[in-house]
Amino acid sequence: MESSAKSGRPGAHPVHTEKQSVSRTRWEHIRKNSFLYILLAPALFLTLLFKYVPMYGAVIAFKDFSPIRGIMHSDWVGLKHFEKFLTSPNFEVIFMNTLKLSAFGLICGFPIPILLALMLNQVRRKGIKKNIQLFLYAPNFVSVIVIAGMLFIFLSPTGPINQIVSWISSQPLMFMTDPEYFRWVYILSDIWATAGWASIIYVAALANVDPELHNAASLDGASLLRRIWHIDLPTIKPIMAIVFILAAGGIMSIGFEKAYLLQTSMNLPASEIIATYVYKIGLQSGDYAYSAAVGLFNSLINVILLLGVNFIVKKLNDNEGLY
Amino acid sequence: MVVKNSPFDRLLLILNGLFLGLGVLIVVIPFGYIIAASFMDPTVLLNRGFSFQPADWSLEGYRKILGNEAMIRGFFNSVLYATGFAVVTVLVSICAGYAMAEDSLVGRKWFMTLFVITLFFGGGLIPTYLLVRQLDLLNTPWALIIPGAVNVWNIILARTFFKGISKELKEAANVDGASEWTIFTRIVIPLSKPIMFVLALYAFVGQWNSYFDAMIYLDDPNLFPLQLVLRSILIQNQAAPGMIGDQQAMAELKRLSEMIKYSSIVISSLPLIVMYPFFQKYFEKGVMVGSLK
Repeated sequence: MESSAKSGRPGAHPVHTEKQSVSRTRWEHIRKNSFLYILLAPALFLTLLFKYVPMYGAVIAFKDFSPIRGIMHSDWVGLKHFEKFLTSPNFEVIFMNTLKLSAFGLICGFPIPILLALMLNQVRRKGIKKNIQLFLYAPNFVSVIVIAGMLFIFLSPTGPINQIVSWISSQPLMFMTDPEYFRWVYILSDIWATAGWASIIYVAALANVDPELHNAASLDGASLLRRIWHIDLPTIKPIMAIVFILAAGGIMSIGFEKAYLLQTSMNLPASEIIATYVYKIGLQSGDYAYSAAVGLFNSLINVILLLGVNFIVKKLNDNEGLY
Repeated sequence: MVVKNSPFDRLLLILNGLFLGLGVLIVVIPFGYIIAASFMDPTVLLNRGFSFQPADWSLEGYRKILGNEAMIRGFFNSVLYATGFAVVTVLVSICAGYAMAEDSLVGRKWFMTLFVITLFFGGGLIPTYLLVRQLDLLNTPWALIIPGAVNVWNIILARTFFKGISKELKEAANVDGASEWTIFTRIVIPLSKPIMFVLALYAFVGQWNSYFDAMIYLDDPNLFPLQLVLRSILIQNQAAPGMIGDQQAMAELKRLSEMIKYSSIVISSLPLIVMYPFFQKYFEKGVMVGSLK
């Protein structure tokens, strides 16, 4: 009787002796290694509390939230909030803004780190290469507030960029207020800030290429570009696939932080994305349930995208995907 | 033996060097401009461009910034939050990573799945906010330190590290015959200093540079980290109270607020820019170990 209590199944029938002994040895194993479980406990607890409880809390999206009754006791309303979002006149604009901003960002931003890595790999002198890397990586450590602040300074109607523009045009370009420029400002500054840092993993992979391969190929008369195409690119192809899947899977989860900072009342037609919309209707206007529904809708699209992109990349990449 | 390049290839290599140099310039020039402008009288900068006459230089922006209470308080708040966040993150990740690296941990795969799912799916902003509010963490430093402390990548990073040194650990354990707790504190922790340093560095910089959590979880201006103070100066165009006297004329106000923008960018980025070259290899190490899985 005591042993069955230990196995964690006090009501188990004594007939199932085999099953019971399996669960008993497992339990003893766990007890013997209890130290490991104690070490794991804080991470597990925090993950369950701050990641899984909010997933459960997301049921608020299907309810009419009443602060007095709390999430659990509010009335169910089914898909009301989702319908409201999908039929609202804002939906198409916000959805397309989100999609365009990150899809264009991915298309423009994905090849640059690869190109940088291939270029850095051709720099023969180690010291020079290290110094170039030092500079190219640096913007990654500048805060998004400072980057946005610098953009406002440089792109203001009287700022240095517009002083250059004034040589060829009488009108300054309204970078921060004209919706037409928003995406370019966002994407190009993103590349400026992150491309160098993103090239690291490619640089590391290329450093592992056996120099003999290049020597042999050049003896066979292969030109520089052919060697890059046939030796360097295949080396980093698996990493490219993983980076691409992760980026494409996150396409709808484009960050709040920078878009919100670069928003001005004038460029909203292009700069309002799902993340900023969720923040505004939820935390600024207090419409928790509707805002949570919009957020949940976004999460679902993300998961679908991730699975879809992984499937496609797997097909194209000899069955090598993320999972 | 050295690769022989054709003349065309040599031309390509020269162009390659030129383009990389251009890339470096594109990174350096904006910073250089900000630094130079922070020492200039803004009216001169606006009307005549850069001037090399000492009469056109000014330290007024720095004087305003360094004498400002909100800025200094923000700085110390940021040090506190970033340090606290780094300590908690490192402790939690090292413990979990060590456990996850052991084969004797039954349910390892299951736990990993549990952690990895959170990378791709979450409850979202509103449920998380409501939870933090319910736990009474709003307007406390804990709201910035605790909810984000567990990060799957950090656990994977630590696990990879411990897998790499597991042989040394086992040998040490056999020789000693010591208790698990002793092994962990006397052998594991000292051995894991490199990975702890990398994790702490990432956590510190991440927290130092972020503003979102502080914006949604903190109302009290006395608790604001540096980034929120910067936001009011740089984005909202409101120099912190006390920086600019009320009685000053509009033109003077605009002039001063421009100066404060430049100098606040320099001052707030200075700690990281000075530290960064020394720590670069540790940052790189973090990316590398993580990518190997």
